[in-house]
This record gives sequence, structure tokens and C-alpha cells, in this order.
Amino acid sequence: MSTNLIYLLFCGALLMLGLVAFFLARGKATRTRASGAAMFAQPDQYAWFSVLATAGPAILAGALGAFVMLLLGAEIPVAYLLTASVVIAAIGLFVGLMQVRPDFHARQAIEKVIRLALATAALMSIVTTFGILLSIVSEAIRFFQMQSLWDFITGTTWSPGDSFLASAGRAGEGSGGAQFGSVPLFAGTFLISLIAMLVAIPVGLLAAIYMAEFAPPKVRDLAKPVLEVLAGIPTVVYGFFAAITIAPIIVDVAGFFGLDASYNNALAPGVVMGIMIIPFISSLSDDVINAVPDSMREGSLALGMTKSETIRSVVLPASMPGIISASLLAVSRALGETMIVVMAAGMRPNLTANPLEDMTTVTVRIVAALTGDQEFASAETLSAFALGLVLFVVTLILNMVSVLMIRRFRDKYRTNTL
Amino acid sequence: MSQSFDEITAQLKRRHRRSARLKHMSMGALILAAAFLFIFIGDMLVKGLPAFQQAQIQVEVSYTEQASQIPPAAVGEDVRGLVSRGYLRLIPGRMRDNPELLGTTRMEWVLADSSVDQYLKGHEDALRGSEARVVERLIEGGRAELRFNTTFFTNGDSKMPELAGIASAAVGTVMTLIVTMLVCFPVGVMTAVYLEEFAPDNRLTQLIEININNLAAVPSILFGLLGLAIYINFFGVPRSSPLVGGLTLALMTLPVIIITTRSALRSIPDGIRQAAFGVGCSRWQVVRDHVLPLSLPGILTGSIIGMAQAMGETAPLIIVGMVAFIPDVGGSFTDAATVMPAQIFTWAGEPDRAFVEKTAGGILVLLAVLISLNATAVWLRKKFERRW
Amino acid sequence: MLNEQIVENREKPRGVQRQPARGEPVSRNEKANHELSIRVRDLNLWYGKNQALKNIDIDIYQRNVTALIGPSGCGKSTFLRCLNRMNDLIKSVHVEGLVEMDGHDVNAPRMDEVALRRRVGMVFQKPNPFPKSIYENVAYAPRMHDLVSRKADQDELVERALTDAGLWNEVKDKLQQPGTSLSGGQQQRLCIARAIAVQPDVILMDEPTSALDPISTATIEDLMDKLKQQFTIVTVTHNMQQAARVADYTAFFHLGEVIEYNDTQMMFSNPYTKKAEDYITGRYG
Repeated sequence: MSTNLIYLLFCGALLMLGLVAFFLARGKATRTRASGAAMFAQPDQYAWFSVLATAGPAILAGALGAFVMLLLGAEIPVAYLLTASVVIAAIGLFVGLMQVRPDFHARQAIEKVIRLALATAALMSIVTTFGILLSIVSEAIRFFQMQSLWDFITGTTWSPGDSFLASAGRAGEGSGGAQFGSVPLFAGTFLISLIAMLVAIPVGLLAAIYMAEFAPPKVRDLAKPVLEVLAGIPTVVYGFFAAITIAPIIVDVAGFFGLDASYNNALAPGVVMGIMIIPFISSLSDDVINAVPDSMREGSLALGMTKSETIRSVVLPASMPGIISASLLAVSRALGETMIVVMAAGMRPNLTANPLEDMTTVTVRIVAALTGDQEFASAETLSAFALGLVLFVVTLILNMVSVLMIRRFRDKYRTNTL
Repeated sequence: MSQSFDEITAQLKRRHRRSARLKHMSMGALILAAAFLFIFIGDMLVKGLPAFQQAQIQVEVSYTEQASQIPPAAVGEDVRGLVSRGYLRLIPGRMRDNPELLGTTRMEWVLADSSVDQYLKGHEDALRGSEARVVERLIEGGRAELRFNTTFFTNGDSKMPELAGIASAAVGTVMTLIVTMLVCFPVGVMTAVYLEEFAPDNRLTQLIEININNLAAVPSILFGLLGLAIYINFFGVPRSSPLVGGLTLALMTLPVIIITTRSALRSIPDGIRQAAFGVGCSRWQVVRDHVLPLSLPGILTGSIIGMAQAMGETAPLIIVGMVAFIPDVGGSFTDAATVMPAQIFTWAGEPDRAFVEKTAGGILVLLAVLISLNATAVWLRKKFERRW
Repeated sequence: MLNEQIVENREKPRGVQRQPARGEPVSRNEKANHELSIRVRDLNLWYGKNQALKNIDIDIYQRNVTALIGPSGCGKSTFLRCLNRMNDLIKSVHVEGLVEMDGHDVNAPRMDEVALRRRVGMVFQKPNPFPKSIYENVAYAPRMHDLVSRKADQDELVERALTDAGLWNEVKDKLQQPGTSLSGGQQQRLCIARAIAVQPDVILMDEPTSALDPISTATIEDLMDKLKQQFTIVTVTHNMQQAARVADYTAFFHLGEVIEYNDTQMMFSNPYTKKAEDYITGRYG
């Protein structure tokens, strides 16, 4: 018997048992009721309870078995496992039917199960976070067993090229061996993010100011969808735009001024990343500017301030925590942005402050390390997880600070309404 | 004591001038942002629209015995380099299927090589001098023209630009998104319902909430690392498959769905819940019969936005290997597959200029789908918007 | 408008001292100052299609407290906001008619509303101190208006404004603390200090005490009494006792019209119109 057929049979059997449970339980409940007994629940609720009693334990048993097989490597033939769970289903069916008694709270039992299922789903997000953390940390630890943490943090040379020789037990045959100094990668990441912020924060913030304070409603209604479209463009598309359109333009312009620019210069991905982040900043800033109560504006205007003076001296200072929080989130996005830099920035780790030179970033190296034909245990592949760990920690801190700031901003305007 | 209007107005001149600057600068910023969008869309249209057309040439095809062995022999030597090699490769197969073709010679419109295609689209340098002259003759004779490119929509990837299409990537995208949807819609909605309607306000609940907010801001590439380390290396899910891609995207989309569903649930006024409790509904019955149906449009809108976001995501899929070269449309959730953004990424890396056009063409298709998805979401929101 | 009222009510004259001219109060308060500050004639205002003010004629005199009373929705706040063109901020508002101050038509295109607000300050229903320090709340506007150039002048001006607002003794040791850290009544006095620091001619007060406790309310009422030595005060109030306590003249608004504009004493002891009497005696409102 093929495995697929077994699965099919299992599902069929379970479904059959479920149906049987439903109708038997409902029939029994209806009869009990017809005989005049006052029941705690509706016949349908007894029926559903029986279905749950039948299928729930069986599926749990199956899942548990599969997990044991995966985790402990125990060899349980699939057929046995499934047969066992069908047997459990049959027992569940029997127990379920026994419970169809007037004094049994079927509805409460069902709702307990539902509540449990909902809570389990809610735990998924925690599991995911721990999954990320666990996967990254465990592999990063393996990396740091091979390479020194100190060199990783302070080293200025990133050349994993020969690490496969080392992992194949042939270290020393290559030229100088692999080096994993991450400083140039982080320098590149920060420079490109800085360029992006220099584009995104002024443009995004000013656009938000215009939309929130000056724009006539028609312009606002038109501009919002435009910015939403800008926000919905996939990053791979921005990457293509940066590499094919913007980078050559920058090379030409630089050439016009007698400067030498690389086609993989840091400016192109930086600027395009900035464009990508504009709608993010502007929509968050728009929200916080709108959250500043109108009474603030009126108070300032009534003192004979012009609109712009009011914005500059009252509205912006009041919304500053929110704006800073939005900017921090934007920085976190820029640091973690992958496709634009993979497509438009260079591969060469290059420690320079010149944005016209090519340089690489953390995310580029993560992608490079994981898409090569390296075996998984090589230092280069594992270095991706070490880099990922740093990225995770940095973005996590930025997010936390940002959440705290926005919460303080909100509290301030809640308590001040008197 | 106080100044007259004329004095004040005179003093104000300078301040008004300075104030106007902020207005103009902020308007400029918005125009700049809009200009970026239009330049970008314009650039993609200029680069990508030609991809929807493709050169065909009319040549004499002789179905000889020799042609069934060495396909290029089927066409004249002068046009041999101009006909798509992909087309020529199919000749023996066609002769096997239709034996009556043997020995006949016909004039046929056939797919041209990508260099001819590029030449016809105005890139003069795509052909060498002698070939260019042949093509010019064909054009004069009405035997070479640009036609609508169906191959682009029906074929999978190919190393030959004239044969490359988005079909396999489109199918891969749909399959991946099905997996994503199946996982993250139920889990997301259930989480949101739990947090909004059932959860006690304790430490654990707060932890979950903080966690969801953080998860929404984790760089997408890290989800790829999770997919690689846990799904592929630990659970042994096949690499490059829609299954692993979909599961990875599901974790990424989960926070989006949870957050939008929660706000949809929150927008249902408490009066509705209290009314239902008042007639003796249990908490679950209130949720099932009143809260969920009322918030369904909001939940759907959020899910569509989440799906659109997942659809455009590339980085985590690259990590789990979904940049494979997939010439044929896949059939199973565990076979290797690729998705639209990954296909765009692959093509963008091809050195051949003909692929630039394909890349931009693929981008146009992807953008069209994404914009219509988002427009649907906005329309849904508008249509079902309700002020309580 | 008032002339018609007079005709209508001729059957039962109620101690009219003389036939008032258009816009004048029915009875004169001989203790009050009668230099004209703001002259309003035929003022009409629409929110979109709804007319909120109808043919308002009223003269407001300098260095007096003029109270505007009436049931909610009667247009008294809307009228107040016409005097410094705060209604400009609402897009759908359309104003016709004359509001004249110092020989200038306030609604004329040539009139800079910023200059107008510089001379006609405003205090709002809810205290709205800026999210700045107490000191900055007061110093901000004078500095922007170039009223002070040196730091010492600025300090002096802040101290004077806070003293005039009766707040100096309470805050002089914590000038650098945020304005929002004060109590509600203190916040409102801070807003008054902020308004008088730019030395306006007129201060508009839109129910300045409605969000405050009775003790703070009493403090602010005393303050209004003192401030009218220097400023023309127009205040909207829900609270008729307050109008009776602080105002020299009172105007009764109903459905967008001025029903009666009268000396406060007369208005509350012997109202001229039936509607005002009904309102004051609590028959509706």
C-alpha cells in the first residue's frame, strides 16, 4: 500500500467515525429529550461534542506520533500509527456517546475545547518568535565555535571564500584562509541605511505635514492612494529599478562631475530604499500629526501665529515622540531590507565612507552565504546565522524603543483631555 | 498701548514669507513622492511593455528526413540564425506526431530569435550586419512582424529569452499563497478572536501582544533563516517547494492578519455583545453569531492586504531555495517551484538584454495583480464601512 | 432686529430708558465704558447650507465684560469665533456682513487674520497649554511677535503676564516644568497669561470655566473683573449666574439671532423680551 493511500484511508475512516458520532449522538439526545427529560444542552451540541471526542484525541495522537518520530528519530510505521489513532477515535466515539446524558453540560465542554484551540493559536506567535530565535541562535553558536566572536565583531576583512577548504579538512591550501570580520558589512549597511533615511525622513515627514495641515481634501484623497501604491510595490521591483535605472544615472552624473562611480554604488540602493520608506514614514507621521488635538493649533493661531509657525513650534514638537518612533521603525526596516541591496549594491565588503563606491551589506552576505552550493555546516553558511542574529537583536531593540516612545506619546494625549 | 493693524501687518510680511516656505517645501515633498511613483511606473512601462510583443518571421520550413535528425536543416541557411532555436528543437517531435508532414515544404510564421526581436524593437546593434540585411528584407516583404506575445503567459522559465514566460512562476505563486492562506488565515483569525474576545488581561496575554507587534517588524529575511533551519533542516520539508515557501510566508503574514482582524473586531461596538449576552448567548455564541459575521468584511480586507504583501515578498523565499530554474509548470506542493518575485529576481540577474524587457514585463504583471488586490481591499472597506 | 422686537413688545414696556439705536443695548449701564471696540452689523453666517447666525447687530464696548448667553446651539460660540476669524479654519463656513474694529473691516480680503488674532486673543473652553514649559507657554508668542528682544525683557514680560493672570505666586518656582503638569484651573490661567502676554485689545473667552471646579471658576471670574481694566473681554457662558456676576453687558442669543442685548442688571432683573425672560427664569434652555 502506498503512503498516500494510507493517509486517504485514515482520513476517510476518521470522517466516517465523525459522521457516525454526530448522528448517533443527535439521535440519542433527541430521543432522550422526547422522553421528557430536561437536558442541559441542545441535541446538536451533544452531536458536536461527540464529534470532538472522536476526532480530537485521534488527531492529537497522530500528531504526537509524528512528532516523536521526528524529534526522537523513533521508527514507527505510518500504518501502525494511523491504525492506533483510528482505534483511539473509536474509543472516543464510544465515550462521547456515553456522555449524551441529560445532566452533562455539552455546550460548556465544547466551548472549553474551542477556547483551548483559540489560545493555542495565540501561542503560535510566541512559538514563531522562539523559532526564529532558536534557529538563529543555535546555528550562530555553531559558527562561533568555529570562528572567534572577537574577530567577528572587530575584524575588518570579510573573505569567507576559502572556508569550504577548512571545513573539508584542507585548511591552509587556500590563500590565507577565511576571515569573518563583520565591520565592513555593518559599515555598508549603516551607510546605505543612512542614505535611505536622508531621503525618506525629510520627504516623508514634509509630505505628511502637507497632507495633514495644508492639503485641500481633494489633494489628500488623491495623495493617500498614491502613497499606498508606493508602499505596496514589492522590494524586488525597487531593486530592479535601482540596479537598471538609478545606478547608471548616478554613474553618468558622477562622471559629468569628473567623479568615478561604481555601477554597484551605495547611493543607488540607498536612494531607492529611501523612496520605498517614504510612504511608511509619511503615513505614520500623518497619524501622529493628526493625533495632536486641534485645540493646540487653535491655541497657537489665536495668539496671532501663522499656520507654519504653529506647525513648527507647536504641532511638530507635540508629535515629535511619534515621529521619532516612526523613524526608528523606518531605520529598522532599512537595516533589514534585502532585495534592493542584493540587486543593486555590491558583493565586495568594502570599508569606505564614499557612497559612490560599491559596498556590501549584512543582508547581501546572508543571501550570498545561503544561496551558494556550500554544505550547511560550513563556516560561510553558518556565518549567515551569526549575521542574522545581530540583525535580529538590533531591529528588536529599535522596535522596542519605538513602541515605548509611541506609547508615551499616546498616554500624553489621553491624560491631557481633562 | 497696542499696535494698529497697519503696523502689525507690516511686521507680519517677513513672517508670512518665511511661513510660506514651509508650505511650499511640504507641497514639494509630496509632489516629489508622487513624481517618484510616476517616474518609476513610466520607467517600468517603457522597459516592460515591449515584452508583451514578440517578433515572428515567415520562413520556408522543409520537413525533410534530414530535418528530423538535425532540426536547423529545416530552414534556409540565410534565416537559420534568425529562427528561435526553441522552435527548431520542436520540429522532430512534430514530425513524429504528424507523419504526413514529411517531405512537405511550407511557408510558416515562426518564433524569431530574441536578437531579431530586439532588432525589431529598435535595438539596431542586436544583429550583425549580414543578418540585419536579411531581416530588413523580411520586413520589406512583410515577412517579419511583432505580434502579441502569448509565450510569455504560457511558458515557464527558459534560458532562451524568446521562450521565457511567467506561467510556472504564476502557478508557483498561487500554490505558495494557498499554503500561506490555509495556515495563516485560521491561525490569525483565531489568535485575534482569542486576544480580543476571550483572553484574560494577564502577563501572558501582554507578552503575546508585544510579541505580535515585534514579529510584524522583524526583517523578512530572518523568516527565511527560520524556514531554512526549522522547516527544511529540522522537519525535512522539501527545499524550494511551495509548501516550505508558503509556510515561511505564513509566519510572516500572521502578524498582519492578527493586527487587522483585531482592529476589525474592536470596531464592533460593545452594545452588540451586551445585547447578545443579554438574551443568554454564551461567549462563543456571541463571537460566532454576531461578532465574526459583522467583522467579516474587515477581516477579509486585512487578509487580502496580507496576501498582497506575501505575494510581493522575495527575500525569505530566496533563502528557502525558491529561486530554482523551473521550466515546467509544477503540479505538486512538494515539487520545486518558483514565484513571481523570485522569477523577476532571476531574470534581473541574466546578462542578456532581452531579459531586461522580460523582467520589466513580469514586474508589470505583478504590479497589476498587486494593485488590483489592494484596490479590491480598499473597495471592500469602502463598501462595507459602517459607522456605528 | 431689535427695533422690530421693540415694536412687537410695545404693549408691555419694561422700563426702557430710551429708544436704543441699532446694535446698542436696550438699557445703558452708566458705570460702563462706552468707547466702541467692535461694531457688528448684519452679520450672517452659514455652515454649508445651514444658517447659524442671522442679521447680528451689536456694539461691543472697550474695557468691559460682555457676556453672550443662550441655549446650546444658539450660535453664541460661533459668533465669538467670528470676532477673530477662527471660523476660517472650518472649510464649509461662509460669512457675510460687517465686523468692524479700529476702522477696519475684519472680514475684508485685505485684513490679515494673523494680525487680527494678534489684537483679538482667545481663551478656550478646555485649557490647552502647549506641550512646553510654563515659561515657554507664555514667552513663545511675544518672542515670535518681536515684542521682546532681550532675555531680561522676556523674563519680565513672562512675570508680568503670569502675575496679571494671578498665577505667578503658584508657578514662580517651577517655570521650567511642563504646562500640562498644572491643575485644570491653573492651566486655564496659564492660557489667559499666554493670551495677555501678546498685549491684545480684546480677549475672547469661550466658556472658560465650564471644564473647571467651582473654586477655580471663582478665581477666573475675579481675574476677569481685574482684566477688564486693561482689556475688552467678550465671554460666552452657559452659566447665567456667572454672566450676572462678571458682565457689564449681556446679549441673549437664540436660534442664531440676538434677541436681547441689555445692561446685565436689567437683563436679569427686568428682561425686555419675553424669550429672554423665559430663558432666564429657566422655562427653557
